[in-house]
Amino acid sequence: MHIHKFEKIWLIFGITTLIVFLSVIGVSAFYLGNQPPSCLATINPEKVDTTAPFDKPGLKKVEGKEWDYELVFVASAFAYNPGQVEVPKGAKVKVIATTKDVIHGFQVAGTNINMMLEPGYISEYVTTFDKAGDYLIVCNEYCGVGHHMMSSKIEVVE
Amino acid sequence: MNTESVKTVVDRRDGKLAMAHFYVAFIALAIGGLAGLLQTLVRSGKFELPSWTGYYQILTIHGVVLGLVLTTFFIMGFQLSLVSKTSGTLTDKQRKTGWIGFWTMTIGTVMAAIMILTNQASVLYTFYAPLQAHALFYLGLTLVIVGSWIDGAAIIMAYSSWRKANPGKPSPLLTFMSLVNTLMWIVATIGVAATVLFQLLPWSLGLVERVDVLVSRTLFWYFGHPLVYFWLLPAYMAWYAIVPKIIGGKIFSDSLARMSFILFLLFSIPVGFHHQLMEPGIDPAWKFLQVILTFLVVIPSLMTAFSLFATFEMFGRSKGSTGLFGWVKKLPWGDARFAVPFIGMLAFIPAGAGGLVNASHQLNQVVHNTIWVTGHFHLTLATSVILTFFGISYWLVPHLTGRVLTKAMNKLAIIQGIVWAIGMTFMSGAMHAAGLLGAPRRSSFSTYGGSEQAAEWIPYQIAQAVGGSILFLGIILMLYIFINLAFFAPKGEEEFPVGEVADQAEKTPMVFENWKLWLGITVLLILFAYTIPFIDMIENAPIGSKGYKFF
Amino acid sequence: MAQPGIGKKTQTKVEDQSSLKGTLASVFLLGFFLIVTWVGVYFLFVDRF
Repeated sequence: MHIHKFEKIWLIFGITTLIVFLSVIGVSAFYLGNQPPSCLATINPEKVDTTAPFDKPGLKKVEGKEWDYELVFVASAFAYNPGQVEVPKGAKVKVIATTKDVIHGFQVAGTNINMMLEPGYISEYVTTFDKAGDYLIVCNEYCGVGHHMMSSKIEVVE
Repeated sequence: MNTESVKTVVDRRDGKLAMAHFYVAFIALAIGGLAGLLQTLVRSGKFELPSWTGYYQILTIHGVVLGLVLTTFFIMGFQLSLVSKTSGTLTDKQRKTGWIGFWTMTIGTVMAAIMILTNQASVLYTFYAPLQAHALFYLGLTLVIVGSWIDGAAIIMAYSSWRKANPGKPSPLLTFMSLVNTLMWIVATIGVAATVLFQLLPWSLGLVERVDVLVSRTLFWYFGHPLVYFWLLPAYMAWYAIVPKIIGGKIFSDSLARMSFILFLLFSIPVGFHHQLMEPGIDPAWKFLQVILTFLVVIPSLMTAFSLFATFEMFGRSKGSTGLFGWVKKLPWGDARFAVPFIGMLAFIPAGAGGLVNASHQLNQVVHNTIWVTGHFHLTLATSVILTFFGISYWLVPHLTGRVLTKAMNKLAIIQGIVWAIGMTFMSGAMHAAGLLGAPRRSSFSTYGGSEQAAEWIPYQIAQAVGGSILFLGIILMLYIFINLAFFAPKGEEEFPVGEVADQAEKTPMVFENWKLWLGITVLLILFAYTIPFIDMIENAPIGSKGYKFF
Repeated sequence: MAQPGIGKKTQTKVEDQSSLKGTLASVFLLGFFLIVTWVGVYFLFVDRF
């Protein structure tokens, strides 16, 4: 079975492009640490309110870690706790979130913070809040009749 | 029955079986299309649903009826016609098997529909646990899947009897392609069948209290990505092997077409994690491995793009065209059987570009579960695939009912395609743009407490409603044409176009018919991509979830 | 596909390959569209936090 010369050129070009894309995201993920939010930590979804750090949702300064703050969110149908939070501009923050009931989304609109919250699992993402402004948090995974009412807000202040 | 072109007309008894599938498919189009229109109107913020229904109930109807019912029925009807045409009339046993499959699927559809309409299953077509639907909803979907396996068995039986009657010969191309798609479907649906039968059904019946959410989602997405290839491959069948005949050209290469289908069989299944990139509980290294496998499945689509352009250019040049793009003018733009699928092919370019972004590991953070994704699969499924299905219907329905596509209907069909293209440009374009700004998918209208960001999304949502309304007009036109072709068009003989291979093309290698080899590699790839992460999931599993009915 | 085997005249081969130049141009246009889209979203990703 032979392949036309032009088709070979096209396939070499196409496959090279795919390899370049994969290399860019691979290097970015495994050497620069830009992994999608992923964490193998688990939790009992029925005891979220009494399990640290979810017993005290909100922003907390931490010492001796790679990040300056931990921002803890608890999701349940159809609200986030806290409902609003201020973060100082330039802060390196670990966002930690989980759900008490069904699957929820956790997306900070206009940013790369976008993760699934699944019962029994803790979702984490580390980032530096380097642009001031009001950011809307929306639930982007269908969770029931009140899904579109489920939101929170992060104010990144100078 | 020995060669491809002995029978010119599909046997009427096989035609009836295929048409039964198409009736259900087009009823689904009517219902699902109306649901889609209502969604875009609600989300514009200018329209409210009556109190006896809700956005998410309508959304469940839209997804189940169009994503699962329309597609599966149309594809099975189409593939049965292809096999009957290219490998000879089905035997009585094969046809009976097809009917059993059809009725099983239909009963399942009705069961699921009743549960959705009574608001006991507003869980969307992905039915993610721990949202818990009524057991009959899960049972109905199981019957749809099992019915499709029985339909598939008829196709496999027809293939085997052709091979037995023609030892040492490669099977007819369209039969081969139907078989590949059927095999892929069977391997893929094992995942969804497993989660429904072993997890969701016992849980919804109260036999077990808790369900493992991550395992259920992983089994769903093991099925969910090949599902989109199950939709796409019949369109590719038409593009590779039917459209060349319609324009009067030749198939670019029989062997390359078979090779690309084999590649789809191998690589479209072990890639489900690229739908789960944003979720906890899966190691990033395994996610990335499946991202690489996802990129491999791009290669057969690159081959397809080349083959299609080459078919068109060779045809144009054979008609005396010159220059770089002179051949474009020679294509039969006035023939709906070509022009409408061609719009679908064009739509696959932005669709593919968006798909690459979606699958690119951490880039998925930009678009995951935003309405960009909805915009993406309204280009793949709801434009490329569905316009090709419409293009197929324009000749297949009259062929099966012994009627013809009249000039007037042909013209209306072209208008339908253009209306669709305009509507989708508005709707999908606005969805892509709003998605990049962060607007979520699968959400009713909301100002999110007067958020400025959410306010920016509203103009795009109005554009989606404009697009959705134009598309609904397209659906009405399509239904009108379908009813005409099925019941009212003048009697006659409409051609069933089956492409022929170019004269100089070489013999097709028999290795493509070696199913032990291909299915073996398929299974190995699946085991490679899934075994370890699956063991991880089960070993590290948190306590399972009880069911919730938040609808 | 209209490509001659090895034993045939090279003349036909030249004509035949030039006859698919529109195809080559088309797929490369497609390829560049894919690259532009991907790079666009990549920069959006890099720009956002």
